[in-house]
Amino acid sequence: MSEMSAPYQQKSRFMAFHQRMAKSKPLGAFGGAVFALFLICGVFADLLAPYGLNETNMLERLQSPSFLHILGTDHLGRDVFSRILFGAQLSVIVGFMAAGLATVISIVLGVVTGYFGGRTDMLIQRFVDAWMTFPDLVLLIVVISIVGPGVTQIVVILGCLYGIAGSRIIRGSVIGIRENMYTHAAQSMGARTIHILWFHILPNVMPIVIVLFTTRVGAVILAEAGLSFLGLGVPPPAPTWGSMLSGTGRTYMYLGPWLALAPGICLTMVVYAINVYGDALRDLLDPRMRGS
Amino acid sequence: MHTFIIRRILALLPTLIFTSIIVFASIRLIPGDVIDLMLAQNDISTGNDRAVIEAALGLDKPIYMQYFLWVGDILQGDLGRSLWQNTPVTEQLALTLPITFELGALALIVALSVAIPIGIYSAMKQDTMGDYIARSFSLLMLAIPSFWLGTLVMVFPSVWWRWAPPLQYTPFLEDPLANLAHMFVPAVLLGLSLSAVTMRMTRTMMLEVLRQDYIRTARAKGLQENIVVLRHALRNCMIPVVTLIGLQAPLLIGGAVILEQIFVVPGMGSLLLEAVFQRDYPVVTGVFLVVGVAILLINLVVDLTYGFLDPKVRH
Repeated sequence: MSEMSAPYQQKSRFMAFHQRMAKSKPLGAFGGAVFALFLICGVFADLLAPYGLNETNMLERLQSPSFLHILGTDHLGRDVFSRILFGAQLSVIVGFMAAGLATVISIVLGVVTGYFGGRTDMLIQRFVDAWMTFPDLVLLIVVISIVGPGVTQIVVILGCLYGIAGSRIIRGSVIGIRENMYTHAAQSMGARTIHILWFHILPNVMPIVIVLFTTRVGAVILAEAGLSFLGLGVPPPAPTWGSMLSGTGRTYMYLGPWLALAPGICLTMVVYAINVYGDALRDLLDPRMRGS
Repeated sequence: MHTFIIRRILALLPTLIFTSIIVFASIRLIPGDVIDLMLAQNDISTGNDRAVIEAALGLDKPIYMQYFLWVGDILQGDLGRSLWQNTPVTEQLALTLPITFELGALALIVALSVAIPIGIYSAMKQDTMGDYIARSFSLLMLAIPSFWLGTLVMVFPSVWWRWAPPLQYTPFLEDPLANLAHMFVPAVLLGLSLSAVTMRMTRTMMLEVLRQDYIRTARAKGLQENIVVLRHALRNCMIPVVTLIGLQAPLLIGGAVILEQIFVVPGMGSLLLEAVFQRDYPVVTGVFLVVGVAILLINLVVDLTYGFLDPKVRH
């Protein structure tokens, strides 16, 4: 196989899969399309935004939606539509980095504990139990109170939070795969453990990993918005959707109710889209996970 | 039943120990410069210097000693004192915990009374328009952040009708009606966000139960559909739904933190946030620990109820 054809084949498989989804799961495909739109908005925010991120104009403060400012302006005369786009950018960055970190943690922890089992696994599982006892938000608030708010901190904390919780799901399926005939065959042929993990276990948990990653992006975006809403997220003047809805923003919402709508609608739509897309992915990639 | 209870409590112990270690580690994570910051930020002139704060946080002893001393104190009901108000943390928790508990209980009532009927309806009318609407609603409730709903409820009635939800907290024993009027909106919002998962669960369980042989038998002997559903199916599908309540306890408390903040409810969430902004770490870790232990206990009670409801579980 030439070097050129590999990515081409990858892409066509991706397209074929989504064509299949559009046919059998139209809602899921719709979710995927909204998710893709959100990604595009986030990545190209700098090009798409009609105004600057913190371009203030005191003459145009609290203007209702018009042709000049399609989502109106806020109390400093900043264009809400532009800030929504930059907010999407921040959500994409935080969402993908934290969900990526979470997925890596889940895979490493889940594969190791699931494959080796034994006393270490027992101990780690009790730790995971304890970890999952705490409400996400309370854990986040406590850790942020110690390390302080900031993009890096939030990515690391959310990554650890969802990574440890998600390791359970990976572990469960690794235990199933470990008992399969092909794993036993590889073991009896004297394959090295690392080889078995990489070539036999990992490819078989990939569908779950893809679903886990997708749904985690949504969870992370929602959690970050909650933190920003409480004033513990990415610090101002960063335009996060959560902080646009927060208590300080609320004062001006009585004068400009449109300020309360756009960030919330975007947040809901993106999370909804990711959820239905994730559901459809799960149904198509791994029928065994259905209903879980 | 006795052995079941004992076994279940013993199984809780390792988790409880890890929970305490996580909370303890969070205390240890507090970096030294934070103490400097605390001193600078709050401008304490006399008495409350570095050594005093370190002693208050127990940071002046070797780490394993600190842990055992800390656990010993907790077992004696001592969670330390607030750094700035100089009241015992337990006292502040005693004031705020019942309020959060009330909010949680009300939300749970809302959640169950919305979720269970709709879930049953959805299962009985599987794949009809009604089922589709109910499922879309539950998916939507999963995506809508409760803080946005809270913001909308605060802003729009006030803009349109000059009405805003009451924000004045009154203790229940003083004036139950005023108390409930205040708690009503946050409880409904919290309940709705919880109802989504319960509804999906009720629907799935109901669909599974409705396919069982004993349901077919009940129908075959000519029982009315209502009786089949309410007396035969519902009872059996409620058991897993009970465990869901335990699983939702973290969501309930997490959601309460945000809604208490919006609707000015002086519960544990408000206490936690206030302590976070003041860097009052004994209070932060106190709330952290109590939340963790409370959720473990809720799950214990749920599991025991589960064993009580379903004899199969006990063995």
